[in-house]
Amino acid sequence: MTALVSLMDASVRFGAVQALRPLDLVLHRGDRLALVGANGSGKTTLLRLLNGQLAPCTGQRTLSSQGNPLVSAMLFQRPFLLNLSVRRNLQLALWLAGVPAAERAARVPLALSRVGLQALADRPARSLSGGQQQRLALARAWGVRPDILFLDEPTASLDPSAKREVETLIEEFAHDGMTLVMSSHNLGQVKRLASRVVHLDAGRLVVDLPTDQFFNHDALPPEAAQFLKGELPWT
Amino acid sequence: MNAFSDSLALAAQLITHADATLWRIVGLSLRVSATACALGALLGLLAGAWLAVVRFRGQGAVVGALNTLLALPSVVVGLIVYLLLSRSGPLGSWGILFTPTAMVIAQSILVVPLIGALSRQVVADALREGGDQLQAMGARPLLAAALLLIHERRAVLTVLLTAFGRAVAEVGAVMIVGGNIDGVTRVMTTAIALETSKGDLPLALALGLVLLGVVALVNVAVALAQPRQGAVVGGLS
Repeated sequence: MTALVSLMDASVRFGAVQALRPLDLVLHRGDRLALVGANGSGKTTLLRLLNGQLAPCTGQRTLSSQGNPLVSAMLFQRPFLLNLSVRRNLQLALWLAGVPAAERAARVPLALSRVGLQALADRPARSLSGGQQQRLALARAWGVRPDILFLDEPTASLDPSAKREVETLIEEFAHDGMTLVMSSHNLGQVKRLASRVVHLDAGRLVVDLPTDQFFNHDALPPEAAQFLKGELPWT
Repeated sequence: MNAFSDSLALAAQLITHADATLWRIVGLSLRVSATACALGALLGLLAGAWLAVVRFRGQGAVVGALNTLLALPSVVVGLIVYLLLSRSGPLGSWGILFTPTAMVIAQSILVVPLIGALSRQVVADALREGGDQLQAMGARPLLAAALLLIHERRAVLTVLLTAFGRAVAEVGAVMIVGGNIDGVTRVMTTAIALETSKGDLPLALALGLVLLGVVALVNVAVALAQPRQGAVVGGLS
């Protein structure tokens, strides 16, 4: 499998806080990697490190040197949408990603139709419901044709039906060959979407296993086993 | 009591009779203050956006100085511009003292700190909400700030209206650099000051009411020009 992003002995520190301890991680093309762990365990920091939004304080992050430069997109728990129409938000995202004007014009309706928002194209984006806003964020991501889609708890603030809609879209994107890296507290979602699970604890990578092994392993490290059982770390 | 009722009647009379002198004064006031605000917006929004996104040593001091300049007295601005533009000043060769251009320069200087300080705060607040995501989408800091100014355009418009209000209502700077020359640099505030000094209080008050009315009309026009907030679309089904 092609390695897209590799972290070697990479760590991140914010002032006095060690957000990520030195870790090794290789993201392969086609991976559906889920990052799990308690709040403050370093999931978002690892996502941002893999996406290149943060530079490692020690160690290194290397990108695949094969083929075209890697394109990535990131989806956040609460998407930030500008006070513009749905269409304008999408056009702007593609413009920021460097998509040429002619290509933008072609991709915008495609992306809107991909997430089922074509009828709402001229609505103010901020007047959409939470689920619709997240679908617009997915359209923005899909529109830039990313090799890797980073998802930071993408359904944490959605109701169950919106969650299903968004999960279905993510599943379809992965099926189309997009590499996924997601952080999630929802273990059911991890089981449904991920092919590989990394468990973090206090900034430390505890395990990195295929999803079925992570959930059915008899000898997980105690921190991961405790997390799976939902036990509090201080009990 | 009579002064107020007289001035109300006089204000109505001046407006209904379309007094040419009055409208010339009103027109010049609006032109000078609107031009000063346009120039001030160019510099102030750029400065505010830049200060919201950059990080440099001494930034706190610069922001503090900008906030302090919010209280910049207009007579001090007038005096500085007067010294710069007077015959013996460094810009005396321009020959623009006691012209509307000098008044525009003075009012621009007056509103730049106001627009800069308030727009910096607007962008900084919006950055906290969406800065990371704009960065993740590929926006460089200054571009992100420009996008956030568009995003917060209603707040920016309020900032610009505040600046216009300050410019059109100030008297010190335009009096010093304009000279209150009848038909050339006389604006509403300097006309009010003149009529008051002459003891014609009803006319001064009437002009004051017209000034308030003009600012109110500008506010109404801006409010009408703003799109209404869209209705919330129903949840997913």
